[in-house]
Amino acid sequence: MQYGLTDEQEMIVSTVRSFVENEIYPHENLVERTGEVPKEIADEIKRKTLELGFYACNFPESVGGAGLNHLEFALVERELGRGSMALNHFFGRPQNILMACEGEQKERYLMPAVRGERMDALAMTEPGAGSDVRGMKCAARRDGGDWVVNGTKHFISGADHADFIIVFVATGEDMTPKGPKKRITAFLVDRGTPGFTIRDGYKSVSHRGYKNMILEFDDCRLSDAQVLGEVDGGFDVMNTWLYATRITVATMCVGRARRVFDYALTYSAEREQFGQQIGKFQGVGFQIADMITDIDAADLLTLAAADRLDQGLPANREIASAKLFASEMLARVTDAAIQIHGGMGLMDDYPLERFWRDARVERIWDGTSEIQRHIISRDLLRPLGA
Amino acid sequence: MKVLVPVKRVIDYNVKVRVKADGSGVDLANVKMSMNPFDEIAVEEAIRLKEAGKAEEVVAVSIGVKQAQETLRTALAMGADRAILVVAADDVHTDIEPLAVAKILAKIVEEEQPGLVLAGKQAIDNDMNATGQMLSALLGWSQGTFASELGVEGDHAVVTREVDGGLQTIKVKMPAIITVDLRLNEPRYASLPNIMKAKKKPLDEKTAADYGVDVTPRLAIVKTAEPEARAAGEIVPDVDTLVAKLKEKGVV
Ligand SMILES: Cc1cc2nc3c(=O)[nH]c(=O)nc-3n(C[C@H](O)[C@H](O)[C@H](O)COP(=O)(O)OP(=O)(O)OC[C@H]3O[C@@H](n4cnc5c(N)ncnc54)[C@H](O)[C@@H]3O)c2cc1C
Ligand SMILES: Cc1cc2nc3c(=O)[nH]c(=O)nc-3n(C[C@H](O)[C@H](O)[C@H](O)COP(=O)(O)OP(=O)(O)OC[C@H]3O[C@@H](n4cnc5c(N)ncnc54)[C@H](O)[C@@H]3O)c2cc1C
Repeated sequence: MQYGLTDEQEMIVSTVRSFVENEIYPHENLVERTGEVPKEIADEIKRKTLELGFYACNFPESVGGAGLNHLEFALVERELGRGSMALNHFFGRPQNILMACEGEQKERYLMPAVRGERMDALAMTEPGAGSDVRGMKCAARRDGGDWVVNGTKHFISGADHADFIIVFVATGEDMTPKGPKKRITAFLVDRGTPGFTIRDGYKSVSHRGYKNMILEFDDCRLSDAQVLGEVDGGFDVMNTWLYATRITVATMCVGRARRVFDYALTYSAEREQFGQQIGKFQGVGFQIADMITDIDAADLLTLAAADRLDQGLPANREIASAKLFASEMLARVTDAAIQIHGGMGLMDDYPLERFWRDARVERIWDGTSEIQRHIISRDLLRPLGA
Repeated sequence: MKVLVPVKRVIDYNVKVRVKADGSGVDLANVKMSMNPFDEIAVEEAIRLKEAGKAEEVVAVSIGVKQAQETLRTALAMGADRAILVVAADDVHTDIEPLAVAKILAKIVEEEQPGLVLAGKQAIDNDMNATGQMLSALLGWSQGTFASELGVEGDHAVVTREVDGGLQTIKVKMPAIITVDLRLNEPRYASLPNIMKAKKKPLDEKTAADYGVDVTPRLAIVKTAEPEARAAGEIVPDVDTLVAKLKEKGVV
C-alpha cells in the first residue's frame, strides 16, 4: 500500500468536498426539519452529479461509469459522508450488484441506473430476518413458467425513490446435516408490478429524510427474465457484489467524524472558561488527541481494506474490521464533540446532536457490530478448528 | 486565439491565517494551499471563451514554488489545455513580487503570443493588485481591470468594470490584459473525466533564469501583525436604544 494520494486522487477529494459543502450542506437544515428532500433539490443534485461525471462513478467505463477503483471510490464516499445521507443519495451510486445483469437486463436496469434515469434499492431484511438473512420468509413458488412471490421486506432504504428494487427471496429449501437450509434467488422488481407495494416505513432517529420503506408482495408474479444471476444463486451474487458495501459505511463514518472533529477543535480553541480557552485544560485537550487518533486509525483501516480489494487480496475480515471500528469510532467522536460543547452541544443550534443521532445506525445496518465481530473471529478461528 | 491565464498558489481562503512568531510573515508550513479564487474565475472565463468558440487554446501559467504544479493541475482539470510552471523559489514562504512575475509573464507572452491574458484582479495573500497592470505597461498592451463582464467582438474586448461609483463599460483593443473581479462568473467544479485527463495534459517546467528575470525581492517586509481583535458587540433591547447609542458614539 502506498501512503499518500496521487494528484488525481487529491483532486477527486477536493472536488467532492467542495460539492458537498456547496450543494449539500445548504439544504441540510431543511431536510432535517421536514424529513423530506424536495424534488427540485434532488433533481438539481442529480443533474450536477451527472454533469460532473461523478454519477455512478463506481461502475466500470465499459458500461459508462468512471471506472474508479475501490480506494478512489472510498475517497469519494468519505467526502460524501460529511453531508446528509438523504441528500447525497442523489449523488447517485447504484448498487454494484447490477453488474450481474445479463442480456436484455442490461438495457432495462444496468444502463439506465448508470445514466441516472432509473434509481435502485436493495431488499434483504424482513421483520423476522435481519442478521440471519437466510431465515427469510418472503418466498417465491413456481407457477407455470413464472414465479409467484409472497412476503414482506422492511427497513428498505431509498425504496421511496426507487424505480426498481433488487429483492432477495427464498426459492426453496435443502436438507443438510445441520437442518433445513433455504435457497435464495435475487429478483429485479419494477415499481408498479401488480402485487408489489411500497409503503412508508418507520420513523428513524438517524438520518432524517433518508427513508426506510416496507415492501409487500401479495401473489406478485415475476418471470425468469427478472432473475438476477442464477436461480437459487442469490448468495453467490450477494457474496460477489455486496461484499464491499461495508466499506461505504466505514468511509462515510470517517468523513462525518472529520466534520464533527472540526467543530470540536474550533470550539476548544475559542470557548473560554476559568479565564482560558478550554482546549488548554488537559481534560479537553486529551479528548481532542484521542478523537483525531481514533479518526486517523479508522481512515487508514478503511483505505487499507479498499486497497486490498484493488489488489485482489482476500479482504472479508479487513472490511469487517474497518466497518466495526469506524462505526464505533463515530459514536465515540460524536459523543466527545458534544461533551466538549457542553450544554450547547445538545441544542439544535449546532448540528452536533444530529451527527450524534445519525451515528447510531452505523453500528446496526450493513451487519451489526456483533455480526462484524463474528465474521472477524470466525475468519481467524475456523482455520484452527475452533 | 490563445488565452493565457496566470494562476497563483495561495493559502486557502478557508484557512485561519497565523502570523509567524517572529513577525516575518504568515505561517505556510502544513497549511492548505489552493488556487487564488480570482484566478479560478479567470480560468473559468477562459474556458467559457473556448467553449463559445472564441478561443482555441487555454494556457495556464504559475510562477513560484514547485508545489504550484498542483495549482496548475487544478486549472487543467477545470479544462485548460496545457500549463507552464516557472519555478522561481524553493521555500514556500518566498513570495515572488508582482514586478518579477510581470516580467516573466511578459517573456512568456512574447513566446506564446496570446490574444488575451486573463488574470485575477489580485491574489488574496498579499492583495497587491499590481501584476496585471505592470504586465500591461511592460507589453504596451491595453488593459481592462476589475472585469465583471467580458465580451470578445472581433479584435476588441468589451469589459464592464466594477469601479467605485458603479459600473463602467470600456472597449479595449486586443491583444489585451483583463483582470477579473468576483462577480464575473462562478467557477465550475473539475469534472471527473477532466480530473483523470489532467495528468496527461502537457505541463512544461521552466525556471526564472530561463527567462533571464531576476526575482530577488525589492521590498523588505518590516513587520507582519494580526489585525486587532474585534471588541465584543452589545445587544440592545430596541431600535430607540440603538439609535441613541449610535448618536452617543457620534456615528449618526
Ligand atoms: C435505517 C435502516 C436502513 C436499512 N436499510 C436496509 C436496506 O436498504 N436493505 C436491507 O436489506 N436492509 C436494510 N436495513 C436492515 C439492516 O441491515 C438490519 O437492521 C441489520 O442487518 C440488523 O438486523 P435487525 O435489525 O433485524 O437486527 P437483528 O438481526 O434482530 O439483531 C438484534 C440484535 O441481535 C444481535 N445478533 C443477531 N445475531 C447475532 C449473532 N449471531 N451473534 C451475536 N449477536 C447477534 C445483533 O447484533 C443485534 O444486536 C436497514 C436498517 C436500518 C435501521
Ligand atoms: C438542558 C439543560 C438544562 C439546564 N438547566 C439549567 C438551569 O436550570 N440552571 C442553570 O443555571 N443552568 C442550567 N444548565 C446549564 C448546565 O449546568 C451547563 O450546561 C453546565 O454547567 C456546563 O456548562 P456549559 O454548557 O457552559 O459548558 P462549558 O462550561 O463551556 O464546558 C465546555 C467543555 O469544557 C470542559 N471544561 C470546562 N472547564 C474545564 C476545566 N477546568 N477542566 C476541564 N474541562 C473543562 C467541560 O467539561 C465541557 O466539556 C442547563 C443545561 C442544559 C443542557
